[in-house]
Amino acid sequence: MKIELQVNGETRVVEASPIARLLDVLREEIHLTGTKEGCGEGECGACTILIDGEPVNSCLVPVAQVQGCELTTIEGLAASCGYAEAGATPLQTAIVEWGGTQCGICTPGIAVCAQALLRDEPAPSRARIREALAGNLCRCTGYQLIVDAVAAAAEGGQS
Amino acid sequence: MPQVGTSPPRVDGLAKVTGAALYVDDIQPPGVLFGRTVRSTVPYARLDAIELDPDFDWSQVTVVTAADLTGPNVIALIVDDQPALVPVGGTIRHVDEAVALVAAPSKPLAEEARKHVRLVTSPLEPVFSIEDALEAKVLLHGEDNVFKRFEINKGDIAVGFAEAEIVIEGTYRTGAQEQMYIEPQGVIASWEGETVRLIGSIQCPYYVHKALKALYVLADEQVIVTQAVTGGGFGGKEEYPSMISAHATLLARKAGQTVKLVYERDEDVAATTKRHPSRTIHRLGFMKDGTLLAAEVDVVIDAGAYATLSEVVLSRAVLHAGGPYKIPHVKIVGRAVATNHPPHGAFRGFGAPQTTFAYERQIAKAAQAVGQDPFVFRRHNMYHLGDVTATGQVLRESVATEEVLDAVEAALAKEGPNPRAEGDSLKRGRGVAFYNHGAGFTGSGEERLKGQATLALLDDGRFCVRSSSTDIGQGAQTTFGQIAAAAAGISPDQIVVAQPSTDNVPDSGPTVASRTCMVVGHVVGQAAAQLMEQVQAYAKANDLDPSDRVAVAAHSPSELQATVTYRPPPGIVWDDQTYSGDAYPVFGWACCVVDVAVDTDTLEVTIERCVHAVDVGKAINPRIVQGQIEGGTLQALGWALWESVLYENGRVLNQRMTNSIIPTSIEAPELEAILVEVPYSHGPHGAKGVGEIPMDGPAAAVANAIEQALGIATDELPLLPETLDRLTRGGGK
Repeated sequence: MKIELQVNGETRVVEASPIARLLDVLREEIHLTGTKEGCGEGECGACTILIDGEPVNSCLVPVAQVQGCELTTIEGLAASCGYAEAGATPLQTAIVEWGGTQCGICTPGIAVCAQALLRDEPAPSRARIREALAGNLCRCTGYQLIVDAVAAAAEGGQS
Repeated sequence: MPQVGTSPPRVDGLAKVTGAALYVDDIQPPGVLFGRTVRSTVPYARLDAIELDPDFDWSQVTVVTAADLTGPNVIALIVDDQPALVPVGGTIRHVDEAVALVAAPSKPLAEEARKHVRLVTSPLEPVFSIEDALEAKVLLHGEDNVFKRFEINKGDIAVGFAEAEIVIEGTYRTGAQEQMYIEPQGVIASWEGETVRLIGSIQCPYYVHKALKALYVLADEQVIVTQAVTGGGFGGKEEYPSMISAHATLLARKAGQTVKLVYERDEDVAATTKRHPSRTIHRLGFMKDGTLLAAEVDVVIDAGAYATLSEVVLSRAVLHAGGPYKIPHVKIVGRAVATNHPPHGAFRGFGAPQTTFAYERQIAKAAQAVGQDPFVFRRHNMYHLGDVTATGQVLRESVATEEVLDAVEAALAKEGPNPRAEGDSLKRGRGVAFYNHGAGFTGSGEERLKGQATLALLDDGRFCVRSSSTDIGQGAQTTFGQIAAAAAGISPDQIVVAQPSTDNVPDSGPTVASRTCMVVGHVVGQAAAQLMEQVQAYAKANDLDPSDRVAVAAHSPSELQATVTYRPPPGIVWDDQTYSGDAYPVFGWACCVVDVAVDTDTLEVTIERCVHAVDVGKAINPRIVQGQIEGGTLQALGWALWESVLYENGRVLNQRMTNSIIPTSIEAPELEAILVEVPYSHGPHGAKGVGEIPMDGPAAAVANAIEQALGIATDELPLLPETLDRLTRGGGK
């Protein structure tokens, strides 16, 4: 069936089964491949996107459920925060500068999730950052430099 | 800003954080077919037939079996014993072994087709445990199920144990560990005539190149292997990509179309390599004043169904079994045995974590036995410059034993960053681990590899680094850029690192063994300096401004290039027959201290502090090095406390991230990584390897801490709450 989606501020009409995974529709139909798949069961968080501003694992969402919702993927994150021109939010820049990305496969999900955290809680504690990111697995960094990056972006008050 | 010793952001960082970086599954060629693998469900059996369901519509499906092979049915590695696909009449040697392949225009159809392939098998009696393999009642390999045996001797252990006032013996077991890179294995294959092209998530493009050349009997230039941006490896994408690449190329050849083969998570966990389970029996003899006299080590690793890389893993296990300790009488025996588990393979640390766990448990017990502080005991026995190791290697330089112990003790004098665990029923303990790790290939390995790197002047005036060393997240591109920039005396933004592809980079050797920065980085620096000399000489000879490299590139009729081949430092002598001599050109040294709080009601363990000092020679990019240490440390803590691979009749039971646990940001403590820099004369700016060393020691520190907290012998990993429950009730394994 035809499904109308609001993705990164644009209307996209796709032909898909209503129970197709949102992740697959984003990656294969709309070719937004910045959203990654690590497990397909909502454990790793690599497929995190914002649905009406809330971080959600897109592998667990049937596409029909998000008609009429505002979807923000990593490709649209900077623009959604008013950093379209820079191409990256201060948080994204901090993740790079602090070494919070290594292999990078978990990074889009982490950036999306942490951005939502900083929107709601501009100055979270380190423990709170760890709690907010507990649904995003990273196997490279030991999380230390990711937490450092988020804390730095928060302290800077730029997010 | 100086080019090295500083932390410019990763060159690939922005693409990764914005989602622009293309991993293999992000590449979507038009008309691509999707592959799936038909796997065995039995651990050991004769394959009698492969049957295709006659009621299924096969018209859109490509099916490949061993009968489609035109060359040898083997995945070429060290010993050519592993088939690409089990042939009819052949033997299935483990669950989830590849038997047939299907490809179809859609993923659902490929998955459906896979279910309509039936395997007819006649079961054989399997072997799963190390003990049963050694007993050899059932023979899977040769006369004794032993793929490989190594022995190291120093002094005379009979004399050493006779003189010792105290002798302790322990048996130490470690479980398998899944690499759990977040990006599963995947490749895309296509053929153009008799040339095969492959792009994928791989650590070692030339390993795949070698395997595909052998499989199809092709010349070098007929196989082109390219690395896509790779979502983690940790050793897991060292040897296995040769298998998945064989499969994808077989499907692509038969279908005459491009084929993408990307594993689902459960398939990846079930079928691909993991860290070797191990059993180590360790006897240690010492005097009442704490002086070590003799060590006898017997380590056995479960290789699984095929030899794969097990002999090399075993080599590193035995070569690290002596630790950083001066012991006059040593005997170390290692064996890799065949079982019907899927082959175990490369994983960060590569055998060293297993033997490090055993000897650091023993050292903790020995210090206790003589009533000494763990640091005092270790300082009393540690190596100094000029000491001789178990293989007879004289430690000529860069021994940082004292420096890492000093660094950790200084850090411990200050308060730690983590909040203390809360609860009424907590018991606390502190554990120490002190250890070393040989950087680069073992013995004569680097001499045989002759790794190369090329620097070339591009039209835009930048220098291009061409090497087959892949960036799998460890920051190789950025580090190479800094080394090349420093050697050429230019800014790092004037360096570009080529995407590794076998048609445009030389063979630098594999991206393994903590060798990328130390060994390949070394030749990258030399080649960059040579290229700069060429540019200047060319400019001078042709009346050009040497700083105007665009003009030099435009003027030169051919690309200016410099290629350098690695030469090990002089004086390295290694004897493969007696396993004696210089095992590694240099060692890194490390000390890890872990404080735990154990909840005596739930037996859950909280890590309250983890201080880890690692000697890296020189940190080219300290931030990247810090990330290596912290990431390796958490993988080691995971191996110690949470990560468990459950085999039942040779099959992995916990194939999903839901039940195959790795640490999240909540379990991970605030890590205190300390970089110690005692330079190595033959590494770039003094750099030694760092990739693996942080994986070796923390697990022993955790076990030592829990032993102190609970007063039980924590001689096995992982130390899950249920393990601790069994141990506190006095139950052995």
